[in-house]
Amino acid sequence: MPITHEYQSASPVKAPVEHRFSPYTDNGGTALAVAGEDFCVVAGDTRQSEGYHINSRYQPKVFQLSNGSVLATGGMYADAVTLVKRLEQRLEWYYHQHEKKMSVDALAQMLSVILYHKRFFPYYVWNTLGGIDGNGKGCVFSYDPVGNYEKHHWNCTGSAGHLIQPFLDNQIGFKHMQGIQRRFLTPEEVVRIVKDSFTSATERDIYTGDYVEIFIVTAGGIDVQRVPLKRD
Amino acid sequence: MAMKVELPQKGFNFENFQRNAVLADKGYKAPKVTKTGTTICGCLYKDGLVLGADTRATEGPIVADKNCEKIHYLAPNMYCCGAGTAADCDHTTHLIESKLELHRLQTGRPSRVSTALTMLKQMLFRYQGQIGCALVLGGFDVNGPHLYTIYPHGSTDKLPYVTMGSGSLAAMAVFESRWRKDMEREEAAELVKDAISAGIFNDLGSGSNVDVCIITADGVDYRRGYDKPNQRGVKEQSYKFAKGTTAILTEDIRQFVDVVEGDAMDIS
Amino acid sequence: MEYNGSAIIAMKGKNCVAIAADRRFGVQALTLSTDFKKVFQMNERVFIGLPGLATDVQTLYERFRFKTNMYKLREEREITPSTFARMVSSTLYEKRFGPYFCEPVIAGLEKDGTPYICTMDLLGCITTPADFVVSGTASNQMYGMAESLWEPDLEPEELFETISQSLLNAVDRDAISGWGAVVHVITPERILTRTLKGRMD
Repeated sequence: MPITHEYQSASPVKAPVEHRFSPYTDNGGTALAVAGEDFCVVAGDTRQSEGYHINSRYQPKVFQLSNGSVLATGGMYADAVTLVKRLEQRLEWYYHQHEKKMSVDALAQMLSVILYHKRFFPYYVWNTLGGIDGNGKGCVFSYDPVGNYEKHHWNCTGSAGHLIQPFLDNQIGFKHMQGIQRRFLTPEEVVRIVKDSFTSATERDIYTGDYVEIFIVTAGGIDVQRVPLKRD
Repeated sequence: MAMKVELPQKGFNFENFQRNAVLADKGYKAPKVTKTGTTICGCLYKDGLVLGADTRATEGPIVADKNCEKIHYLAPNMYCCGAGTAADCDHTTHLIESKLELHRLQTGRPSRVSTALTMLKQMLFRYQGQIGCALVLGGFDVNGPHLYTIYPHGSTDKLPYVTMGSGSLAAMAVFESRWRKDMEREEAAELVKDAISAGIFNDLGSGSNVDVCIITADGVDYRRGYDKPNQRGVKEQSYKFAKGTTAILTEDIRQFVDVVEGDAMDIS
Repeated sequence: MEYNGSAIIAMKGKNCVAIAADRRFGVQALTLSTDFKKVFQMNERVFIGLPGLATDVQTLYERFRFKTNMYKLREEREITPSTFARMVSSTLYEKRFGPYFCEPVIAGLEKDGTPYICTMDLLGCITTPADFVVSGTASNQMYGMAESLWEPDLEPEELFETISQSLLNAVDRDAISGWGAVVHVITPERILTRTLKGRMD
């Protein structure tokens, strides 16, 4: 009997069929961060999905780090967990070597370096880092998978990133509004806008839902809120 | 020279096909079509049958319609749930609806489910699966209740309980564990609701509300929004803007006026 | 869609509707003009927005103009937005296997003054929600904006602000739409048309 495995088609033109394993997957979900004057709010939904399937309704992808900052991840969850593990290890080494916690600015630079070190087999993760910088001001850094990063006042990534980003531009950045007093918002105001961002994104993005976990980073510590979202 | 207005040719028009193929070759992709990710199902019970559907329509990962109607009218005694390409489901069921109406006027008898079934499957088979709709057809005629599924290529099934769409496995799990012969009316409606709910919550392509349609010898009970487990919560705050927030470059106001007719023409 | 770029949105208010569009015409990343017409008035109370491939936008507009004129002559009345929508839908579905690359948005007032909005995919599947519809390359951004900003029973002036803010902020996060915007607010008494100041980059 002839071997026909490598030919799948019955058509007269035989083309070899390539079988390839993709090491990457997208687990969906959305994360955002907003820097206030002396605080920072980082939030992410907790749904983990693959295709049309929900893996978990509560699998947080926003991580509190030991230096007092918060890292929100999006993309492939397995890579995110590995990345956070490496970051935590480096933070601990730094602490023991220098007898102080790493600053958020230093962590931001280090994260970029760690990501770029895997330039040709990247961690499939879109990171958003939020915290309080050396001057006591709120700060947000966002990254692409290979370590290009930028400091923002607000940022949103993930499956509903396109939906929420312009809303933040409008409500946090007062874009396109004339006759409005531009100012820093209070933590309470930011949390209200963040909640509405997620309830709205849940309506339209199938990968966002279940719960949103909100981290409010202040000089005094980190306060966490968990708000239920729609489950469909 | 007088222009002659001709009736359009019937059937599909392929004028743009080649142009689109060239565009696709050059890498300009066509916009995404609206799909009904969908959970649809139906089951027989003592006096008739119940059809059910969710109400989410998606365009890729985005919800295009939160409350669409997926249980389509075919005849006074017949309805049809559609899954797949939304435009195909809408227009195919609409076409068959018209054909059945004409057929009834011609024969003077209520439509039979097998007539609709044959029309649908012959049409879908003719288009070789290119018309992408998966249907659950249910109706009550002289031969009693009938429940069918029709696949995009034109094959059909006749079963006591059926599911279709991306949430079909979730819904079928409910039917397999709880469907019994000769259930009561409300019991069957609740079972269908639970089957659809399983799809709504566990399948990302399905969502929002549950529509149910109960068909018996005595008529149809279409319950749009039978269950609404996914109402949007109250927003934290209002986002109304003060007048004048948006910068304007030019403005043009066209006032409608009531044209008062003059005195009536003297035609005595 | 991505060849020319566009953004169109329509919203319902209290006894009124609004439709807004960006004004860019470009070929991929190259902007060629910033006063391109994408929203067309079919009669006093019916507007249609045609985002998508620019050649199809204009072809379709001419076809709809022809068809609505024929309707008016045959029926001796103006077409209502819901009837017009079915006509647009059939026109698109006729070309099911060689479609126009355009996802229309229709806004208008019915004969009795009820607000009507709808959108379609390129094959003519009609969606008629109770709140708002969006279409074009910035549709995701507009979904996010409108879903957050819109609320029921907005008065015409409030509706104008809400739809304008939704559109302007959305197109700033899309590379191939924007460059100015035009808004039409349709009420039983008047039609308000305003062009907006937006980013030109």
